[in-house]
Amino acid sequence: MKEKLETIHKEAVAKIKDINDMKSLQELRVKYLGKKGSITSVLRGMGKLAKEERPIIGEMANKIRQAITSSIEEKQAKLEQEAMDKQLQEEVIDVTLPGRPIQVGGPHLLTHIVQEIEDLFIGMGFEVKEGPQVETDYYNFEALNLPQNHPARDMQDSFYITNELLLRTHTSPVQARTMNAYKGEKPVKMICPGVVYRRDHDDATHSHQFNQIEGLYVDKDVRMSDLKGILNLFAKKMFGEDREIRLRPSFFPFTEPSVEMDISCKVCSKKGCSVCKQTGWIEVLGGGMVHPRVLEMAGYDPKVYTGFAFGMGTDRIAMLKYGVNDIRQFYMNDKRFVTQYHQA
Amino acid sequence: MLVSLNWLNKYVDISHISPEELAERITKSGIEVERIEYIGEANPDVIVGYVESCEKHPNADKLKVCHVDIGQDETLQIVCGAPNVAKGQKVIVAKPGATLPGNIKIKKVTLRGVESNGMICSLQELGIDEKYIPSEYADGIYIFPDDVHVGERVESLLNLDDVVLEFDLTPNRADSLSMLGVAYEVAAILDQPLRLPEVSVNEIDEEAKHYVNVTVESTDLCSYYGAFIVKNVDIKPSPLWMQHFLMAAGIRPINNVVDITNYVLLEYGQPLHAFDYDRLNSKDILVRRAIEGEKIETLDNVERQLTNEDLVITNGKEPIALAGVMGGANTEVHDGTTNILLEAAYFDPGSVRKTVKKTGLRSEASTRFEKGVDPNRVRQAGVRACQLLEKYANAQVLKGVVEYDKLDRSEKTVVINTDNINKRLGSEMTSEEIAHILKKLRFDYEQENKEFTVHVPTRRGDITIFEDMLEEVARIYGYDHLPYTLPKHFSQVGALTNRQQLIRKLRTFLQGAGLMEARTYALTKEKYATRFLSPEIQAINPHPISVQKPMTEDHQYLRLSLIPELLKSVAYNKARNEYDLAFYELGNIFISKEEVITKQPAEELRLSGALTGEWVDHKWQGASKQVDFFVVKGILEGLFQYLQLPIEYKASKLPQMHPGRCATIYMNNEPIGFLGQIHPLVQKEMDLKETYVFDLNAEAILDAHTHHATYEPIPKYPSIERDVAFILDEDVLAGDVKSLIEKIGSPLVKAVHIFDVYSGEHLPKGKKSVAYNLVYQDPNKTLKDDEVDISFKDIIEQVNKTFDAYVRS
Ligand SMILES: [Zn+2]
Repeated sequence: MKEKLETIHKEAVAKIKDINDMKSLQELRVKYLGKKGSITSVLRGMGKLAKEERPIIGEMANKIRQAITSSIEEKQAKLEQEAMDKQLQEEVIDVTLPGRPIQVGGPHLLTHIVQEIEDLFIGMGFEVKEGPQVETDYYNFEALNLPQNHPARDMQDSFYITNELLLRTHTSPVQARTMNAYKGEKPVKMICPGVVYRRDHDDATHSHQFNQIEGLYVDKDVRMSDLKGILNLFAKKMFGEDREIRLRPSFFPFTEPSVEMDISCKVCSKKGCSVCKQTGWIEVLGGGMVHPRVLEMAGYDPKVYTGFAFGMGTDRIAMLKYGVNDIRQFYMNDKRFVTQYHQA
Repeated sequence: MLVSLNWLNKYVDISHISPEELAERITKSGIEVERIEYIGEANPDVIVGYVESCEKHPNADKLKVCHVDIGQDETLQIVCGAPNVAKGQKVIVAKPGATLPGNIKIKKVTLRGVESNGMICSLQELGIDEKYIPSEYADGIYIFPDDVHVGERVESLLNLDDVVLEFDLTPNRADSLSMLGVAYEVAAILDQPLRLPEVSVNEIDEEAKHYVNVTVESTDLCSYYGAFIVKNVDIKPSPLWMQHFLMAAGIRPINNVVDITNYVLLEYGQPLHAFDYDRLNSKDILVRRAIEGEKIETLDNVERQLTNEDLVITNGKEPIALAGVMGGANTEVHDGTTNILLEAAYFDPGSVRKTVKKTGLRSEASTRFEKGVDPNRVRQAGVRACQLLEKYANAQVLKGVVEYDKLDRSEKTVVINTDNINKRLGSEMTSEEIAHILKKLRFDYEQENKEFTVHVPTRRGDITIFEDMLEEVARIYGYDHLPYTLPKHFSQVGALTNRQQLIRKLRTFLQGAGLMEARTYALTKEKYATRFLSPEIQAINPHPISVQKPMTEDHQYLRLSLIPELLKSVAYNKARNEYDLAFYELGNIFISKEEVITKQPAEELRLSGALTGEWVDHKWQGASKQVDFFVVKGILEGLFQYLQLPIEYKASKLPQMHPGRCATIYMNNEPIGFLGQIHPLVQKEMDLKETYVFDLNAEAILDAHTHHATYEPIPKYPSIERDVAFILDEDVLAGDVKSLIEKIGSPLVKAVHIFDVYSGEHLPKGKKSVAYNLVYQDPNKTLKDDEVDISFKDIIEQVNKTFDAYVRS
């Protein structure tokens, strides 16, 4: 029996060595180690052996079984490794081919600017207010100290619908409506972004439809220096800390004193160039202290309350900030233009 | 307003400051200087020459050969093509070596065999705008009067060394529509003395009142009318300096009488009008409202029909001028005029404005009347003109002015106080500083400690209340000198409203889904105004709203849908070879049910989109996909899932939409929009490719989404799935079957998904197979197979019965 076992061992080791596939290896395992395998069948003959020989043969058989088992496992590991290598080799891809594209959308540049300005003023405690685009003559003009036949009405040629209704020429009516709603009883601190309309021929710098953002702060003890402080904060955040601001006197019927704000020209650093029409400065917004008649009409006592207001053209701010040279781009939705500013 | 600095320098010394610095100082004080224009350049080679001889060119009909004395040893032989050149003239000569505007270099040349040593110049050739050049020199060379010196440089003679500042005046600063007003302003800014013109006339003994009677009937529209009589005027060109100041101010010189009235208009800001006295045919001047239908032929030779809103000057019978706007043709001053009636008046600004608006006749004169002239300068301006007529037209001025005078010349009083000023400005000015500012402005005042009672001169009609004075003080003090502060009470919390936040979320979602935000015009053309109306908008039968005076037909009607203009953007892109587009827009539509609009329309926020071209583009993997109905529907389904809104889609036929590829969108059984493919005919008309659109009532969505999401526990028990494919007739809607399954399966069926749709060779004609995946779940226990089997069996039976279907095996 001893010889028989040794022969089995030798034979098995030799066969395992020659095997190159998993299936044959499994067959071999069954052949030698299975319930009906060679070793088992040898051990079945143990009954014929002398009592003292049994343990010796038994031990030998176990050793051989273990040796064959580990040879098989070794071979199996080797085959698995080879299979894995082959699979990985087959799975190589060209990583330089393009990926599967996703659809990338994005906001309009004006929306982007509006949200930036909104967030800035919300951070300073302002609310965001809206109002109708088809306005009454009263809210668009009269409530803002622009009575019928006031010469300043020429400044804004309007799209009238009836004698009483028009497309709003500025977002200021939202200020008047908000003050009216607050009934002269509490401070007003708001900005109002929105679409406005003027009778202009569309060209690179004019558009019959454009956007404004206006701000209003009415409270006790509001000073003109406060307007200066707030506008300075706004300009530096919006256009960069290195820009200077300049306020100059101006005229609006709804403010007195009135101001116009310029920022230093980025292109020429105030030396004068074509962008700033050789002045070194670029006009960005208008404002002033709310006219006492406007406060009065809205139900605020100008002896108790003072305030400031300011307004700017959103399109113009976007043009200045991003160097857009044609306002019509904002309404043509040219994909080549729109996609440039998605990450703005 | 064009301000000649040479002219301004007569009243206030600005010789020590550069035009650029002056412009900057004026701008910072409140009048924006829009442009600085140098009339000419210093050019020593352009001088006065005397034409000694002028012969025809031997080889050219249109050329002449001139010998010109330029005050040097030799005369210059110059070939000249100007039709008006002649012997004995004093002319502008550019010597060889001179450079003229436009970088034209003058050299010795030979013209048709004759040597030419320089050029005899027109004013245009020196860079003067054609429209200001006196008409007799418009087509030829300029000819000086005899009193200029041969060899003299022409810059100062022609005012070429002048610089002009163009003011962009705000409507309140009517005072600066005059050189004197500008002088006051500049003197205040520079803290300089002021030199006002000395006005005096040597009237003759004859009295004006024997020549004219003045009556004002419409006293509400004319509070002053002064008539001066000037005899024996010698009509001729005005002096050169006057012509050139007028040209610098943008006015073409005509003759001495017209030029003098224009000069005084610019100097005093007071329009004057000269009538030919002998053409009045009357001694009466009557100022009244026009009679309805009355006619006048104005100076521009246009006959105008008047209404009783117009104020006219009449000779007692018929109109001879449209007050403050334009004179009449039949009393115009002409070359043969000898006697003049000169009008200086104060007309009501509103009345002039109305007439201007109606006639479109806006002039230097009407602009000033509309803004209100200085009541204290009206008569004085008339006297000034008489002085100039005496001097430059050799005229005789009759004694006295015949006038109607109810003019209020009183000054307004405004009280200011140092503490008040500082409180409102946030400044720390002293009373001395304020007093100094008032002195610079030349405002009279009485001071008592910190209180100033200011008498505002009538030239500054814009200053009436404390706040006006506040600005006046602040601007002369300098806005630059105010500190930067933050408001004292600044404690409110700012935040977006829920609605505003939700709008931002909508944008973020759609952009994440691959859509680009577009913005289009709210004014559209008539044809587009009623297209692509959503069913719920169409149902209320709205009337499109037109603006009264559109700029173009393309932008006339307020939109009732965003889609037409969005499609225009799609077409715009297609024309530029951009075919793959996915736009959305959030914007208002304007809804009025009134046939003739009287009330503000309802404004409704819509969320719309237009998609076309490739949606998935991944050609090397063979995965290219065009936008179709289900791409758009998928985006909307995602959106409504994100917003947790229950939505239904029902097939519908809408105008401008593909009849078989369009669905109306319902929320709580109310239509809130639609989606689908645009009709092929519209597609063709607008030159588009296959394009899909959607349109939603954003207001409804925003309103519906008011609740905050509450936490729903994640199910603890496993779900069981069942699949079934039904064979259905082609026209049975998959969604209807799905609804029925959901209805019968409730509450155990948690979800129903359609995962396969098939029709073709393996099925009978007219049939299709739709496969459904059902997810069963009980939140409280593990489901048993029997329970599910009973439900599933029931569902199959009901579907089969309801839709005449059977299960595909
Ligand atoms: Zn610049």
